[in-house]
Amino acid sequence: MSGHQNYTLNVNGTEHPVKDAWIGESLLYVLRERLGLPGSKGACEQGECGSCTVVIDGSAVCSCLVMAATAVDSQIATIEGLAEDGTLTDVQEAFITEGAVQCGFCTPGLVMAVHHLLESNDNPDEMTVKEALSGNICRCTGYGRIFAAVDAVIAQRQAGK
Amino acid sequence: MTVFIPRSLQEATDLIAEHPDAHLLTGGTDLMVEVNFNHRRPEKVISLGKIEELHQVTINDDHVIIGAAVPYAQMEKGELGESLPALAEAARTVGSPQIRAAGSLGGNLGTCSPAGDSLPVLSATNSLVHLTSAGGTRMVPFSEFMIGPKRNSRQPHEIITAVTVPRTCGWQGYAKVGTRNAMVISVASACVVFHDDELRIALGSVGPTIIRCTDTENWYQSLASKKSTGVSLEIGSRASQESRPIDDHRSTADYRRHAIKVLAQRLFERGMSK
Repeated sequence: MSGHQNYTLNVNGTEHPVKDAWIGESLLYVLRERLGLPGSKGACEQGECGSCTVVIDGSAVCSCLVMAATAVDSQIATIEGLAEDGTLTDVQEAFITEGAVQCGFCTPGLVMAVHHLLESNDNPDEMTVKEALSGNICRCTGYGRIFAAVDAVIAQRQAGK
Repeated sequence: MTVFIPRSLQEATDLIAEHPDAHLLTGGTDLMVEVNFNHRRPEKVISLGKIEELHQVTINDDHVIIGAAVPYAQMEKGELGESLPALAEAARTVGSPQIRAAGSLGGNLGTCSPAGDSLPVLSATNSLVHLTSAGGTRMVPFSEFMIGPKRNSRQPHEIITAVTVPRTCGWQGYAKVGTRNAMVISVASACVVFHDDELRIALGSVGPTIIRCTDTENWYQSLASKKSTGVSLEIGSRASQESRPIDDHRSTADYRRHAIKVLAQRLFERGMSK
């Protein structure tokens, strides 16, 4: 069919063939609907809410704004890659223990953004954390519990050094 | 619809020569919104994000060359941010961290929205847009590049490859007004550049193109005493008079005129106090 193409995406270290996909499909759509990876959430489809945040080649981006067919030869990391063996990461644990999850819709995007922040900066100050999460909208929590979870992870990681 | 992913500039210029009707894609933050909402269904796309040449940055003493695919995140800080303070401030106001990791000058120039955050800076710094085709590269001053709302002088067989931003001797700054801090499309924006004894002011989101306030600039140039009281107020109202805003879904013309008055005055005062 015209306008359709086969390509391969590397997601969480695994090569995933994408067959006969319309080229205009976003990475978010392909992850959710074609590759069975529905952890990244779709809400605004215009890069405003951050619930579809994934990390591509080391940059946190909105997967709804990535044309999937252009993400070949890139390393794509999604929320599904964080606890592949069933053990939650420290960020995921902290979101639970600090009560940072209410409806949960924004959580995968926020967890990806927090991991991305802490990989490049292991002791960010309050403004840096707020800035790093400014592209992720949560309409339940008011952000207090989310920032508390980030603080808890920072404290744990600093104590464990 | 076909997606081409050239790996070199040569490959890209060959592709666009063959497919001048193709839509050029860099970060995707403009095009994909239109595709997601079924406003646009491009038949051919040339994705420029994986071309090494478009990611290069060269910092010289008198100018900086920024590759068209360099993301805003890179302009916010570091050596590049420090060399071009107004561009760093403008980059910092673009979208969210996720958008700044993807968006680039190439995309802002290609879309050429009057609300494009980097564009007032490129105007006030007298930047040059590099347009490359199979036949070579031509450099176009920003003032001749943007010719209308979402219209520019790029020819169908050309690719925006880089921007030369001259460095200036003096303070420069950028400010914008929107409804919140993150993720906001500007309602009004301004860039003020002092270069030796010259003043330059460019306005965004208040006209069909970026507006250079040449009357205000010339008025300032003619002043005998540039530091006298009342100059900053006059700068604000003159810049506001040069704006040509409209009412739209984002704001009103009246409010935009007011915002420009405040922004231009405030930026001018910031510059004078340094």
